[in-house]
Amino acid sequence: MAEPIRVILDKCVGCGLCLKVCAYDAVSLVDKKAVINERCTVCGACVGVCRYDAIEIERRPFKGQDVENYAGICLFAEHRRGKLSSVVLEIIGAARELKKELDRSISAILVGDKVQGMAEELVAFGVDEVWMVEDPSIGDFDEDVQSDLVTKILLEKKPEIFLGGGTILGRSLLPRVAARILTGLTADCTELSIDGDKKLLRQTRPAFGGNIMATILCGGHRPQMATVRHKVMKEAQALAGHQGRIEKLDLPILKPRVEVLEFVEEKMDTVNLAEADFIVSGGRGLKDPKNFALIEELARSIGGAVGASRAAVDAGWIPYSHQVGQTGKTVNPTIYIACGISGAIQHLAGMKGSDIIVAINSDPSAPIFTTAHYGIVGNLFEVVPEMIKQLKE
Amino acid sequence: LKIVVCIKQVPDTTNVRINPETNTLMREGVDSIINPFDMYALEEGIRLREKHGGSVIALSMGPPQVESALREAISLGVDEAVLLSDRAFAGADTLATAYTLARGIRKIGKADVILMGRQAIDGDTGQVGPGVAENLGLPHITEIRKIEEIGEDKSIVVERLLEDGYVRLKTSLPVLLTVVKEINEPRLPSLKGKMAAKKAEIPVWSAADLELDTQRIGLTGSPTQVMKIFTPPRPSGGKIFEGDVQSTVAQLIAALRDAGIAIGQKKGEA
Repeated sequence: MAEPIRVILDKCVGCGLCLKVCAYDAVSLVDKKAVINERCTVCGACVGVCRYDAIEIERRPFKGQDVENYAGICLFAEHRRGKLSSVVLEIIGAARELKKELDRSISAILVGDKVQGMAEELVAFGVDEVWMVEDPSIGDFDEDVQSDLVTKILLEKKPEIFLGGGTILGRSLLPRVAARILTGLTADCTELSIDGDKKLLRQTRPAFGGNIMATILCGGHRPQMATVRHKVMKEAQALAGHQGRIEKLDLPILKPRVEVLEFVEEKMDTVNLAEADFIVSGGRGLKDPKNFALIEELARSIGGAVGASRAAVDAGWIPYSHQVGQTGKTVNPTIYIACGISGAIQHLAGMKGSDIIVAINSDPSAPIFTTAHYGIVGNLFEVVPEMIKQLKE
Repeated sequence: LKIVVCIKQVPDTTNVRINPETNTLMREGVDSIINPFDMYALEEGIRLREKHGGSVIALSMGPPQVESALREAISLGVDEAVLLSDRAFAGADTLATAYTLARGIRKIGKADVILMGRQAIDGDTGQVGPGVAENLGLPHITEIRKIEEIGEDKSIVVERLLEDGYVRLKTSLPVLLTVVKEINEPRLPSLKGKMAAKKAEIPVWSAADLELDTQRIGLTGSPTQVMKIFTPPRPSGGKIFEGDVQSTVAQLIAALRDAGIAIGQKKGEA
């Protein structure tokens, strides 16, 4: 078999940069030219650092793999600051539904520092096998290092399906993994099922700001990969007495190329729109930035987060991290209360997945009322305080 | 600095309508625009050049008409533009697109910073950026809201938006960054820019111009297949509560509680 990575000798100037970035001591200089030895894992770090395009990776010829050799449903066990992300339970829930149709085991890939406890938690919720790499050098924000480990585990274990969260980490890490394995990846799915005789993963997702839905298959490549939109699938409940195997894998860990200087948490209670069950959003109808205090008060009274329309953010009334919609966040809370938001298509794109949408607007012809499940036509400066008052009673 | 900004031409969704009879998306008569997130990437690229010197190159893959998006990029202040266009590229999913763009960036050569928007508003995937980085063997950081500084030593410090806050990260060039709206406020085209856009020659590179594996581009190189596209059921319209403020609010809260939502009854669980 031809070597998958090669040095183009007439381009190499022998600068040695590739030696410095290699985590495997797989490059040396011989006669002022880089030479790659058998320790190379084809991670690509040297390709990226070379300023002379002198190192090239020859990927496998692009055709479907032997799909029969792949079995099982695997998921990426995302975690932050020592806790499994809540999307993981939702993915386990989805995987357990798929397992009914597919009759395959559920596995999870868990990489990070001090993750043993999370491995046990995964098993308790129905994961049959956990493939774990535990090492203090694996950082929370290190897609580079994590995607390398995930790729290696997938290539070795060969699951037919690999699912991750449609979170900031998942949507950053999985595309890297898919590009390295050369398989299909479907973003931000809202529905997963098993299709027909070939038992393929049927992946349904919104596109075009939720105006259309597309169902996507990946027939010839494995694993079939998808990220799953947060807060759409039902969280798995713990399975009493479920037994699983935790396998600790000993894999080389890349040197991180990205260094974390500082993590700054924003006030959890009103900003974390991704996790919030209740969201109260304000728009242009608030008329003045200080009126966001009213929105905040209502949000606080129901334990919810504060959202905003683009108009309110562009006016500088509230930071961008609160923006819901096409150029902001996509949210799926249980209740979304839109106050003084007209409901432009771009705003609807970000919140139409909410279970219940409530609109409060003085204009009865505002488009928000066509999407809302419940509406009050009225002055929000009267309606919102009344809501706060009645909710306190 | 050599900065490459990847942009995508997308239909302007402000004008997208749903055909009420067929319940399908009506794309006809819809203008094409530069993907809004890519406008922030272009602006950031231009700002980096203004601060650090160098050049900004806009790159796009798509049918010949995408040239107009690239001209617009030049009118905003980009120095050069390149279009990757070939029938063989058509039908590319995110994997094949990332591969093709990466080959284009490679041909441009020696990029220090590659910028993209966090996602395109038609596909909404956000997968191409990390995919390009992987193909180039570069690190990538998504959801950038601020580039704090680029040092003499080619180090770069950025702020990345997360679900529950943000993180400051440091890496070294070259790097691929995807940006969010918060990063800047895009400028309007200048008169000089418009003149430059009119005159600019935009090279079109076909598959034959890029060193690439033809098995990995376009439809052939795309593992995912769209099985069907449908329009989600429209909401049937909701209940509008009538009456004075006190009564409408009472009805609303009752309706929510009837729907099984413990609103205002149980606090503090977010």
